[in-house]
Amino acid sequence: MSQVETTRVTKSFGKTKALDDVSLTFDDGGFFALLGPSGSGKTTLLRTIAGFHFPDSGSIRVGERNVEKVPVEKRDIGMMFQNYALFPNLSVADNIGFGLRVRKVGATEEKRRIAEALELVQLRDLGNRMPAQLSGGQRQRVALARAFVTRPKVLLLDEPLSALDKSLRIDMQVELKRIQREVGITTIFVTHDQEEALTLADRIGILRDGRLVQAGPPREVYDRPATAFAAGFLGDANWIPEALLGGLALPAALPFGPTRYATRPEALTISATRPEGNALPARLVSRVFAGAMATLLLDVAGEPWKLIARDRDIPAVAEGQEVWLGWAAGDTLAVAA
Amino acid sequence: MTLLALAGRVWLGLVLLFLYAPILMMAAMSFNASPFYQLPFEFSTKWYADMAGNDQIIDAALRSVLIAFVVTAIATAVGTAASIALFRYDFPGKRVLQVLLFPPIAIPWLITGTAMLVFFFSIGIGRGTPAVIIGHVALALPYVIVTVTARLSAFDVTLEEAARSMGAGQWTVLRRVTLPFIAPGIVAGGLFAFAVSFDQFVVSYFLSKPGDTTLPVLIYTAIRKGFTPEINAISTIIITVSMAVMFLAARKSNFGGDR
Repeated sequence: MSQVETTRVTKSFGKTKALDDVSLTFDDGGFFALLGPSGSGKTTLLRTIAGFHFPDSGSIRVGERNVEKVPVEKRDIGMMFQNYALFPNLSVADNIGFGLRVRKVGATEEKRRIAEALELVQLRDLGNRMPAQLSGGQRQRVALARAFVTRPKVLLLDEPLSALDKSLRIDMQVELKRIQREVGITTIFVTHDQEEALTLADRIGILRDGRLVQAGPPREVYDRPATAFAAGFLGDANWIPEALLGGLALPAALPFGPTRYATRPEALTISATRPEGNALPARLVSRVFAGAMATLLLDVAGEPWKLIARDRDIPAVAEGQEVWLGWAAGDTLAVAA
Repeated sequence: MTLLALAGRVWLGLVLLFLYAPILMMAAMSFNASPFYQLPFEFSTKWYADMAGNDQIIDAALRSVLIAFVVTAIATAVGTAASIALFRYDFPGKRVLQVLLFPPIAIPWLITGTAMLVFFFSIGIGRGTPAVIIGHVALALPYVIVTVTARLSAFDVTLEEAARSMGAGQWTVLRRVTLPFIAPGIVAGGLFAFAVSFDQFVVSYFLSKPGDTTLPVLIYTAIRKGFTPEINAISTIIITVSMAVMFLAARKSNFGGDR
């Protein structure tokens, strides 16, 4: 268990800057999500922390040790790969025991720790199976057990749940969080799924074009996004058209650069007449019913807006009808454009 | 069954007949007591007994087997290393090198053999068993590279990355992850190499010393002097061994496909 820190890490592949001056601290025992669209550099950052790439400049610290020039096999990490990368010719137990054997922990200790790991991922009786005989979810657990069984300083997960179908994914989110808490290893995981990041992580970092956009606890990043990109990538943002800003109670503009204002879909209320406080007229485009919740797609002076609320709380409104959208002044986001 | 399908089956039957009838005939005659292929067939193992008593044949057979084993060992090791290098690294001239590895399959053996003979004489190796081994290795190498490369193309490099992430160094990764995965390809390539060497006539004929020859060369020389059914006997043994080896190779490699 160790704190991990990257300081001004830069990495280029040919002419593309995959990582550009990334400084991040990953708390000891924390669960950190690297979030970003494809090509944002999140996987490169994970692989650079792992040691598959060496940074062009900048430093990486794991615990007390600077590791930016140390190859993977000497970094004492545990990594789980997107496709799990289980050894097809080894049984579940031998897959999990691979790193222990490399470390020469001895046969008894090896056996004990494999059993312990199998227990933790709830695959107690499957040690003798071959990977080909496992379901997707079981393989995922084996890959996870294999990554943490050596008690590495840091656990790196590359899109850990993306290969699972949706219902299994939600179960595994809960499982992953429980296991991470029990083993208590500093964990960094890469995902492009914002919900996964919000559910699992205690801190998230949003990357874009190789640069860190914002880092912080999920709620903080969601409630106070720093940039328009962060606001739109983590959750949905309804942008307030500039022409309509007059007459609204707005937070102070940012000290540098142009400021844009937005609301979250769940902060809005809908009414037939103009409500008190911040409000804008809108036209209903369509209503998407999803059981408990419903989403309204609206048009605010040409800007597409969304409203999300419990279906029973939304009055019946015909498509094309003019309505008013209101929100509390404190719910207005002010972000860098 | 349509007429076309029927015609197809007949065609297949004819192809198999023309392929195997002479061989079966020879095998049958190796058990026929008459030295002149006379019928009625009279079962006898006389020719096998004669063959076993013929020191020349036994010597040549043992030499062939020994050479084939040495060639298999060298060609498999070198070919596997080459395949891994070609798979793992990108270097200038890689495509050219890959193409250059194939002529031993494409160039007629007669030409390769002549060229080797001239070359080995000019550099002082001359004729003899070492020359035969070098020649066979050169011929067998492409077969090993083709089979091992076919297997490697199905290899997932993240397996190596996973092993490294668990602390395994280069050699451990190679020994515990890469080699076990491509082992079927290596075995198949080795069997091909063995067969190429053991069945090799042309190159052996050019490169071996008279009186110090391999079995196929001895058979050829014996036939020129006058045919004896002992040749049927030894040929039957060779064919049985070769077919068994090729059958194993085909099963192991599945000709590059996955099982």
